[in-house]
Amino acid sequence: MKKRSLLALAMVGALSVSMLAGCGSSSTKETQAPAGSEAATEAAGESAAADSTTAGDGKVYYLNFKPEQDAQWQELAKLYTEETGVPVTVLTAASGNYETTLKSEMAKTDAPTLFQVNGPVGLASWKDYCYDLKDSKIAGELTNDEFALMDGDSMAGIGYVIETYGIIYNKGLLEKAGYTQDDIKGFDDLKKVAEDITARKDELGFSAFTSAGMDGSSDWRFKTHLANLPIYYEYKADGIDTTDAIKGTYLDNYRNIWDLYINNATCDPALLSTKTGDDAVAEFVTEQAVFYQNGTWAYNDVAEIGDDNLGMLPIYIGAEGEDKQGLCTGTENYWCVNSKASEADIQATLDFMYWCVTSEVGTKAMCGGEGAMPSGDAGMGFVIPFKGNLESTNPLVNIANQYVADGYTPVAWTFSTMPSEEWKNGVGSALTTYAADQTDDNWNAVVTAFVDGWASEAAASK
Amino acid sequence: MPVHWFFMRVKSAKGIWTRNLYQLKREVDSVEKAIKRYLPIFVLPTLAAFVIGFIAPFIMGVGLSFCEFTTVKDAKFVGLSNYVKAFQDTIFRHSFWYTALFAIVSLIVINVCAFALALALTRKMRGTNIFRTIFFMPNLIGGIVLGYIWQLIFNGILAKYSTALALNQWLGFWGLIILVSWQQIGYMMIIYIAGLQSIPGEVMEAAQIDGATGWQRLCKVTIPMMMPSITICTFLSITNGFKLFDQNLSLTAGEPSKLSEMMALNIYNTFYGRSGWEGVGQAKAVIFFVIVVAIGLVQLRATRSKEVQQ
Repeated sequence: MKKRSLLALAMVGALSVSMLAGCGSSSTKETQAPAGSEAATEAAGESAAADSTTAGDGKVYYLNFKPEQDAQWQELAKLYTEETGVPVTVLTAASGNYETTLKSEMAKTDAPTLFQVNGPVGLASWKDYCYDLKDSKIAGELTNDEFALMDGDSMAGIGYVIETYGIIYNKGLLEKAGYTQDDIKGFDDLKKVAEDITARKDELGFSAFTSAGMDGSSDWRFKTHLANLPIYYEYKADGIDTTDAIKGTYLDNYRNIWDLYINNATCDPALLSTKTGDDAVAEFVTEQAVFYQNGTWAYNDVAEIGDDNLGMLPIYIGAEGEDKQGLCTGTENYWCVNSKASEADIQATLDFMYWCVTSEVGTKAMCGGEGAMPSGDAGMGFVIPFKGNLESTNPLVNIANQYVADGYTPVAWTFSTMPSEEWKNGVGSALTTYAADQTDDNWNAVVTAFVDGWASEAAASK
Repeated sequence: MPVHWFFMRVKSAKGIWTRNLYQLKREVDSVEKAIKRYLPIFVLPTLAAFVIGFIAPFIMGVGLSFCEFTTVKDAKFVGLSNYVKAFQDTIFRHSFWYTALFAIVSLIVINVCAFALALALTRKMRGTNIFRTIFFMPNLIGGIVLGYIWQLIFNGILAKYSTALALNQWLGFWGLIILVSWQQIGYMMIIYIAGLQSIPGEVMEAAQIDGATGWQRLCKVTIPMMMPSITICTFLSITNGFKLFDQNLSLTAGEPSKLSEMMALNIYNTFYGRSGWEGVGQAKAVIFFVIVVAIGLVQLRATRSKEVQQ
């Protein structure tokens, strides 16, 4: 008897353990915009008939990549449904979980009709699911064909937001240290300024760089965005735009800039693995550091220090011709329409995309800042590569535009050609290890992860 | 109450007992018949859940391990190439040894501590219930949350020595051991307490009268009588050790350079880390399943054979 009840106890226990384990799964947010009320549907009848060819009974399911814009997309989806009666569902994947979510959502009967890939490498795994957008109305709205993602002759994706990153800096603090942007025209200047600030750190009360956190919430700034520069210059020198075997010509420059970041920062380089993205933001807005590497999307985080106080510098790595180097501009957000969805759903999705980038409400929501949403919330603050693009209220975007207007060459986003997530993780781990113990051996491990890792990952992903 | 129990009594006490026993047996039979009649109703919900939640995905999973696919719905058969790739993966082999070592160390630490606590908390002293509750409580928190909490604690301490969990695979290893011990000791302790309480008092008393020392009573009486609980606890802790995922993901995430990546996390990362490697991840999962089942069975057989009838 006892033995049996013991067994029962154990089984109940085993069950509860597995149930607890289930709690750990990642969280995603899902909201189904309610199908419009009768009145709304009726009112929408006219406009639907006017601007969509076959509204019919299609529906839209958008799997959104950007958690920071979830609220705006939910609101836009609801508005669209009220206006046209077409149900729009927006699901936002948790940060860093887009591929995971996409893979499981695409296997469902109601798969996303609108999803995103991050560039050629992302496209490689999803190309069988991409509807050819060449003849769609939204393709005609593009200001430049460069923002279309091509798979042979087929237009597999359309970039919907252009972003820019560089070294965001605090003008006030830089002046306090005795410098202005005009003093920084290349890597050597940047190094001189940063090391001077570090030398006078106690006197000034702030450091040069925010912590280069290698926690998962921040490591992409270095293993992906910073690594873009050596790749960009190598591609430029070799006259190519993608490769299966990177040579690592500019890896010494990569080491120089990484050394500069970690040895002139707010924290001990050995502790970088524990520093998060929020840590770096906090250090920047509380004026503990002058420089913070990030992009236009981070404006809302850093707005606190004042629009006039924000500046952006190119990420100089000491490559030749960098006096004309601008900020890094590109996109890793391409809209793709699921070709395996039903005809009606595809049409509904194309109509929704077209509406987003052409209608007044849509463009205002996508491009606007403070109060741009009909509900009074802030808009998405995007620069969109479509004719309907509105002037941005994001000062970082305006700084980026100024660089282009002044004749600086934007650095392209070559990181979309990185062979896989595995490659990025390998480089990231090696960078963390090197930061803790800056020996040549440890740097060689970064080089191995970068060069050999690239070749083996490129081969593995074939 | 097993039916054969009545017949045993019949042999020792014939006569008047026999008739009653026949009646009893008839009653038992009719109840059994009723149970048999309603068997499908009792079994169906669990069976359905088991088929939908386990059997079907398992068969699909084995099938997919021979395929190349992006989503699980359209797969292309590629034969054994996924398995070849899985076995060629040095990180996967490393993760196997790392996981095996982890399972063994955690098995010993958890069970020794849980047993000791169970012994302490079955003594007659005040507050045993409070202590049992307190030791059990960590088990009520999910693994991901635990992992992040302990990561803060460990990194806070390690920062004093200018290092961090992500910089050394052995720091990660011991961090994980401490974490799962803290989480699971209380749970195993409850099972051991139940086992300890089921040992008849007269057996212990007899041993005491025979002059057995405390140590002898523990080794020759308590532990042999406890073998059923030991079987369950060692089975749970060794399989949990192999299957550890949440805690690994949140505490170390495999840093540095995948050296603290255990098998379950390695499978997950293979599946999602590269395009075209989903099938390899699936193949690894099948290999992993075979390993865990084999180890579980060996362990069950080894401890079962030591169980004694009470």
